[in-house]
Amino acid sequence: MAVMSGTTAPARAADSRSPGSRRPTRRGWKVTPWLFLAVPLGLLILFTYVPVANMVWYSFTSWDGFDAVKEPVGFKNYVEIFTRPEIFRVFLVSLYYLVGAFLQLVLAMYFATVLSFSTRFRNWFKGIIFFPYLLNGVAIGLVFLFFFRPGGTLDALLGLVGVQEAPLWLGDPSLVNVSLAATSVWRYMGLNFVLFLGAIQSIPNEQYEAAELDGATSWQKFRFIILPSISQIVGLSLILAVSGALSVFEIPFIMTGGANGSETFVIQTINTAFKFSKVGLASAMAVVLLLLVLLVSWVQRRFFPEEKGDLA
Amino acid sequence: MARKHAAAALAVMTALTLTACSTGEDSGSSSEGGVSGDITVLTNRTDIVDTELQDYVAEFQKVYPDVNVEFEAITDYEGDVSIRLNSQDYGDVLLIPNSVTKDQLPQFFEPLDTVEALSSKYRFIDEQAFEGQAYGIATFGTANGYVLNKKVWAEAGITEPPKTQQEFLDALQAVGDQTEAVPYYTNYADGWPLSQWQNNQGSFAGPEAVQSRDAQAAPWSDGNEQYAIDGLLFDVVAGGLSEKDPTTTNWEESKNLLASGKVSAMVLGSWAVPQIQGATETVGGAPEDISIWPMPWQTDGTFHSRVGGDYKLGISKHSENKDAARAWLDWFVTDSTFAVDQGGISPVVGAESPDTLKDFEAFGVEQVELAPAPAGEESLDSDIYNEAEIDLFGDQYRRNLIDVARGAASGDRLSFFEDLNSRWNAARVANNG
Repeated sequence: MAVMSGTTAPARAADSRSPGSRRPTRRGWKVTPWLFLAVPLGLLILFTYVPVANMVWYSFTSWDGFDAVKEPVGFKNYVEIFTRPEIFRVFLVSLYYLVGAFLQLVLAMYFATVLSFSTRFRNWFKGIIFFPYLLNGVAIGLVFLFFFRPGGTLDALLGLVGVQEAPLWLGDPSLVNVSLAATSVWRYMGLNFVLFLGAIQSIPNEQYEAAELDGATSWQKFRFIILPSISQIVGLSLILAVSGALSVFEIPFIMTGGANGSETFVIQTINTAFKFSKVGLASAMAVVLLLLVLLVSWVQRRFFPEEKGDLA
Repeated sequence: MARKHAAAALAVMTALTLTACSTGEDSGSSSEGGVSGDITVLTNRTDIVDTELQDYVAEFQKVYPDVNVEFEAITDYEGDVSIRLNSQDYGDVLLIPNSVTKDQLPQFFEPLDTVEALSSKYRFIDEQAFEGQAYGIATFGTANGYVLNKKVWAEAGITEPPKTQQEFLDALQAVGDQTEAVPYYTNYADGWPLSQWQNNQGSFAGPEAVQSRDAQAAPWSDGNEQYAIDGLLFDVVAGGLSEKDPTTTNWEESKNLLASGKVSAMVLGSWAVPQIQGATETVGGAPEDISIWPMPWQTDGTFHSRVGGDYKLGISKHSENKDAARAWLDWFVTDSTFAVDQGGISPVVGAESPDTLKDFEAFGVEQVELAPAPAGEESLDSDIYNEAEIDLFGDQYRRNLIDVARGAASGDRLSFFEDLNSRWNAARVANNG
């Protein structure tokens, strides 16, 4: 928008002075915003929409990933997805991450609230909480692999407080997803925390002062001032959390490779495409995931309508 | 070093004679001396691309001074290159990815010669051939079995390879009881070492192993090779003979564990022996304790080891410099010392067997090479296992098998193998009809 208004204003000024050169100038000014947009739009189309269109096309073929011929098979891949229960069963794994994500939001909100008031060492704490988000996901995966292995860091720490028979954090199928979801919480809480903190700090101080004069408690300040003021950010975070939980990939892929019952939908898609050379079916799975995420976002928007702005 | 110098001298001499030839008689022999151009070679050996591979290039250029060889080393070779085949830019000489099915070979690679003509000179030619044309020559061959630390096994009183599956399990049990070592290490987390088990196909059922598997409705039932291989892995894990937490294993570390005797055995190919012997230098231990033994079954009182080619070098169909590419390919598989340096079996017919296979000679192990697939069925096996989503050469279903065996996933030995059988048979029927 800034580009548009910035360019049209001088255009009009030029018009009034030299009517003779009116036409070409105006045409020139009309083209200008598109010239500015050409590069980003070109990149967007080239690297986002063309690949997505390709993916949709592959999803209607039985392509294996490198054959010169892509044979169309109609809706066969989609039928296969919805008739093979094991393909959808992996979404149960996402539930662990969903629970983790809610826990993560609550924790982030707690820390953001506490640290937005004057707390001792608050900048230091802010740094500590945000730091994991800056780390490379692969590095986190490897670090936690050593953390969770038998006799690793976690077991050694537990040994200090007297726990001798520590479970296999990644080896035990009933624990593996909890361990992985916990790693994910550790990693992504920093992002939510920063989002919440920013929103909380934009609340004018007068409101707290007025509340204090009325004798509000800390909880009441949180419930009636902070929460309503950051509701938009909370809505956005919820959408991100749910779509994130549906498409978990990095941490389980690096740490367990999806083994031992930790396979998520995206890992399954990758395996289908590159281990079993069924790129067609895998593309269909990716399209289904995309539609699911869109559906979830839409439902959420229906239930949490935003009052103003277009953040989400 | 002496060997290298000898090879260098030889190369120089051939170079001299060859140039002499081409200057002497101009007719037709535009090959050796006249070959020139730049070629790109894709390799999976990120570890030696700047060192040993450059030495080979120096040797090569003594014969073909006008050919420039550039390497492109790729860490996830199989995954990256099979995607790159989509483009026309995948180097001039490359290792043929395993995911390319036989009937796709002509789409991507230049035919080298007929199988008939090449097999008199090279081994493993059938492995990348389609309709009588060969598309790749192995860089080296590998014998399969399990790599073990003989010192640890000797401490448990075992000095000869077990002859049956039960003897093998008893041997591992003895290692577990009498030594500190973990008897077997699955390398579950890295995954690909699990696919090494499949390379033993043929050691049980003979050269026609693949064809007979494709004809079976239930490969995972008693008496069949697939059952012998996967059943053994299942029993090893179910018997508590493998590492405690398979999900946190690490391949690089496992080499040190085996070298230092903290682990006693891993199913691998002979290619791994030099690497683990190398590890003894850093962690202590004697290289001569590391050896490879044949799988624990015998046919007619003899051990068999399946011998197969590693990745095959092929020439890109889109290469702009096919003569130079061919010159490098021929020189690399025939005249370079690569196979010997890697402790592998030379792809050239009649070459001596490497030191890593000393024990095979001592125990009279017979080498088995798989028979080529009959015409028209070149991709039948991969069609079936891809359709069934049983990745015989991957890690998915064997990880699942280990999970079931250690009680971490639902099911038992019988139900797991029955499930494999039913998926296999459904895919087999779908591909035949």
